[in-house]
Amino acid sequence: MFKKIIKATNFSRQEKMVERYMKEVNDIQAAGVSRRDLFKMGLTAGVGGLTAIGGGVFLPNLAEASNSSSSPGIISPPCTKPWSDPLPIPKTPVSVGNFTGPVAEKGQCLETQNLYNPGNGPIGAYENFTEARTEDHQRWDELGGLAACTKYELMAKEIDWNFYSAAEYPSFNSKVWTYVDMNPNSNGDYAAGVLRLKAQYGSPVLMRMYNGLPKNGRDTQGFGINQCSPHLHNAHNPPESDGGPMRFWDSGKWYDFWYPNIRAGFASTHKAGTYRNGLWCPGDWQETQSTLWFHDHRMDFTSQNVYKGLASFYTLFSKDINLDTDDETTGLRLPSGQYDIPLLFTDKVLDQTGQMFFDTFNIEGILGDQQTVNFKIKPYLTVDRRKYRFRFLDAGPSRFIELSLSNGARMTRIANCGNLLPKAQIVPSIRLGVAERADVIIDFSTYEPGTVIYLENRLEQLNGKGTTGKILASGSNTQLLKFIVSSATVVDNSAPLATLQTQVMVPFPDRTKNPVKIKRKFDFGTSNGAWVVNGQFFNPTVISAYPIEGSQEEWTLTSGGGWSHPVHIHHEEFQIVNRDGKAPAIDDLSRKDVVRIGDAAQATTGTSSITFDMQFRDWYGDYPMHCHNVVHEDHAMMIRWKIVPPTDPNAGK
Amino acid sequence: MKKRDFIKNMTGASLGVAALAFIPESFAIPLTPVVGNQTSRSKRAFPNVPVVTHEGKVVRFYDDLIKNKTVMINFTYTDCQGICPGMTANLKQVYKEFGDRMGKDIFMYSISLQPEHDTPAVLKAYTEMHRIKPGWTFLTGSKANIELLREHLGYKFSDPRLDKDKSEHLGVVKFGIEALERWGMAPALGDPKYLAEYVRWMEPNGARPVLSEMMG
Repeated sequence: MFKKIIKATNFSRQEKMVERYMKEVNDIQAAGVSRRDLFKMGLTAGVGGLTAIGGGVFLPNLAEASNSSSSPGIISPPCTKPWSDPLPIPKTPVSVGNFTGPVAEKGQCLETQNLYNPGNGPIGAYENFTEARTEDHQRWDELGGLAACTKYELMAKEIDWNFYSAAEYPSFNSKVWTYVDMNPNSNGDYAAGVLRLKAQYGSPVLMRMYNGLPKNGRDTQGFGINQCSPHLHNAHNPPESDGGPMRFWDSGKWYDFWYPNIRAGFASTHKAGTYRNGLWCPGDWQETQSTLWFHDHRMDFTSQNVYKGLASFYTLFSKDINLDTDDETTGLRLPSGQYDIPLLFTDKVLDQTGQMFFDTFNIEGILGDQQTVNFKIKPYLTVDRRKYRFRFLDAGPSRFIELSLSNGARMTRIANCGNLLPKAQIVPSIRLGVAERADVIIDFSTYEPGTVIYLENRLEQLNGKGTTGKILASGSNTQLLKFIVSSATVVDNSAPLATLQTQVMVPFPDRTKNPVKIKRKFDFGTSNGAWVVNGQFFNPTVISAYPIEGSQEEWTLTSGGGWSHPVHIHHEEFQIVNRDGKAPAIDDLSRKDVVRIGDAAQATTGTSSITFDMQFRDWYGDYPMHCHNVVHEDHAMMIRWKIVPPTDPNAGK
Repeated sequence: MKKRDFIKNMTGASLGVAALAFIPESFAIPLTPVVGNQTSRSKRAFPNVPVVTHEGKVVRFYDDLIKNKTVMINFTYTDCQGICPGMTANLKQVYKEFGDRMGKDIFMYSISLQPEHDTPAVLKAYTEMHRIKPGWTFLTGSKANIELLREHLGYKFSDPRLDKDKSEHLGVVKFGIEALERWGMAPALGDPKYLAEYVRWMEPNGARPVLSEMMG
């Protein structure tokens, strides 16, 4: 019937005019110039060039890929003076005795606090901040309440940051959004940029996070939203302090995040606690974690806000059981203090003034042509002739990396996804999907002073969809960070390398006492270009699984080819049972919170199915599982699930 | 010289312009854009090409449809037998969610992926059949312009085979507040109440997630 109507319609006079007009427009378009430019005759070059590239796909930085002529990418200003600036070392926020504002409570704080809000700009800058949190802290009193907390005051705000070396581009600065310490350290500095919070098991942290991001109407340089929800990635935290996608809040408010820093099992499988070498701790000591990070998680805007700079480290130590102590003379005697350096890898596209560029219409994933380390392009680090602990983090947004040393030396990997391994792995390279971490020991003691070694990413990636898995030839394009071995004589109190490589660190938790009762399958796919999980689109009201608190389940994730996905599950790390039916390989032999599936998940081999066991303990409530290619995440490649008591009507569903 | 001939002659002269974008590496000039101000960014992000509405009106895509507006955009085509009818029905529910804001400060646009078939008259008939109300406009235009819009609005895949499949470009809607440069994307068949909520959540004084509705 519909078609009949069309055929019966005679083209009206108006439509004929439209047709003529369109024909003319087509001709102009074919000539590659706009109507106005045509009559201006001249200024067309720049405009034409920009039109052709704007909104297109990015070029990856690797020269091998730039031969693609069909889609000329945006090229950041070149870095012709590499290794001029030192590596920025993430600074540690300082704790305070008491908050400057209202006293923190178990429930939402109802008092307000009049405080300078940089988001308001210079006029009317003071604002009555209110607490955005509406939910009570679970187990707050039981775990010591406010008295037990170490307190921090941070603010998400805009700062100026030069990703390039100041020697080459002195006036460059990008409007970066980062977490900034509101209290000065002993040097009088307010830590900003990539931070590194130091926490200890047994000492809960209360992090009062203010949102001081630019208020509405202020220029955002084209991307980002001034609402935030900092997620502490891999922490065993209750949902109200997890920083989930739905719990974001606006500039002019704060949120008290309570991080109990307590090991999984403390209120379920290991109520009596556990002992390591005669030292007791609540929960299962074999669930001890080390390298976590916090980053924004605002639904639909995670990629933009994290790219904007909202990402930092949270390093968790275990002095209580004399394990990973932050002191190289005790416990596992890992390199500590100034020799324990977190490295955050993220790639950017920058414009002619050094400003970050982000394509909010990109669908596959964002690749920057400049890879940065702790927000610097090609920095150097002068290293002492001794052992270091580096904590690698792939902060995306979409790039997979494979890190190796230019001299071919092997690295001693001690942690995967921030969790100490049962025993170190001696490996030539380490692949990381977005959000994956690796802690490594590198020993510079055997090198002559003046030796130069580069940390490289040699993994090929041609578009935002994922990696090809191919390893590129070493060259200036693959070098990320230059190590220069110094001549200074220094003390190294960390354990001898042979010990670090062979000692038992954290054996896998014994899960046999908590047998798997429920098995679930989640298939990640697309439907007409939209992401689906088990054929369903994301819906914020839908809870896709209701694991019973204290239980263990076995989940299988499946995915077709054509894409690579680093899938992340909040709440507790899991242990991989098999990958495509095969026993886990070295990369999978760990407690994990991100797992790579799809194309080139390992080497150049894709993975269509991964099975792991995960426990759901101690806290009640909702958590997400999502792709950590944050562009995919923002396009709703996500489900939510909820831990419930056995008495809940949905329990086990 | 007639205008048509003038344009024809220009084709040769402007080859340099077109070639700029595909210049070989050996004599490449920097194409680095300047993030600049919002006006320059918007110019780059949204082609200001002429498109034709289902009412037969010729309008400029950026100036007339996007600038300073809150919008929801999807691609469709009238001949589509698969997902499209359901999508149109779902977006009608979203329209209802926005109520009397539709056509005042919120606008919906459905752009034809088959402009050679979807003339304004065809689109008009389609909107009548589906009882599409004011504030929701169906758009067509020259094949080249529609392609340009598809690329700029992020409905393009790097894999040519995937990109060629029209159905792959249908399943998502883009939504944005142009003045604030806030843009998101969601499945077009998602819960219509929440498709509208996603837009409100972006608004400075809009609604915010109600956790109690999301606990299963």
